[in-house]
Amino acid sequence: MMKGMVDEYVVNRTLDARGLFCPMPIVKLKKAVKEMADGEVIKVLATDPGSKRDVEAWCRKTGNSLLEASEADGVFTYIIRKGG
Amino acid sequence: MAIIVHSGTMDKLYPAFMLASSASALDVETHLFFTFWGLSALKKGGLEAAKLPGLMRIGTGMMKGRIREAGVPTLSEMLAMCKESGDVKIYACSTTMELMKIREEDLIPEVDEIVGATAFMAIALDADIQLFI
Repeated sequence: MMKGMVDEYVVNRTLDARGLFCPMPIVKLKKAVKEMADGEVIKVLATDPGSKRDVEAWCRKTGNSLLEASEADGVFTYIIRKGG
Repeated sequence: MAIIVHSGTMDKLYPAFMLASSASALDVETHLFFTFWGLSALKKGGLEAAKLPGLMRIGTGMMKGRIREAGVPTLSEMLAMCKESGDVKIYACSTTMELMKIREEDLIPEVDEIVGATAFMAIALDADIQLFI
C-alpha cells in the first residue's frame, strides 16, 4: 500500500443539505446512498455544524467510507464512498 | 430502540420523532409506543394540533414559525419520513384508547398496531435502547 496517497475517486452524485438541520442531512444521505451502487461516491454539502460528528458516526455504523471531510466558509463538504 | 411516547405536546413529540428518524438512517429498528397523552398525537389531526406544554402553549405559533424558518420538518412530515424508512413502527396503547374514548377509526393510518403494555415490554426487552419521553 502506498503511504500518503490520496484515495482517487469520481463523484457520482451530490447531495446539497445546506440549510438543513439534524436529522435531515443524515436522513437524506441515507436515502441517497440507498439508491447508489457499492463503490459509488457521493459528495455532501451541509451547514449544520452537528453534521461533522453525525456523518462520521453514520459512516462508521453503516459500513460506508468517509473519504474526506472539510470545511470552508461555513460549508462542510463530505466525500463518502458506499461500502468499505 | 423502543420509546414510550407519553406526552402529546410538541416539546416531547419532536425529540421522539427526531431520534426515530435518526435511528432509521442507521438502519436501527425503532418502536414508538404512544400512551396516555401521547396517544392524542395519533388521532387524526393530532400532530397538527400539538402545542407547547402548559403556559408555554401561547408561544406555539411562534415556535412553529421558528421551525419553519429553520427548515425543520413539521411533526406530520417527520412521521411520514419515519414511516417511509420502513424501520419505524407505531403502536397505540389499547388501555389509553379505552380511557380516552378513542376508537380505531379515530387514529391516523400510520399506526401499525394497537397493543397493550405487555406486548410493548416484549419488544423493549429485545431493544438495546429504551427511552421514556
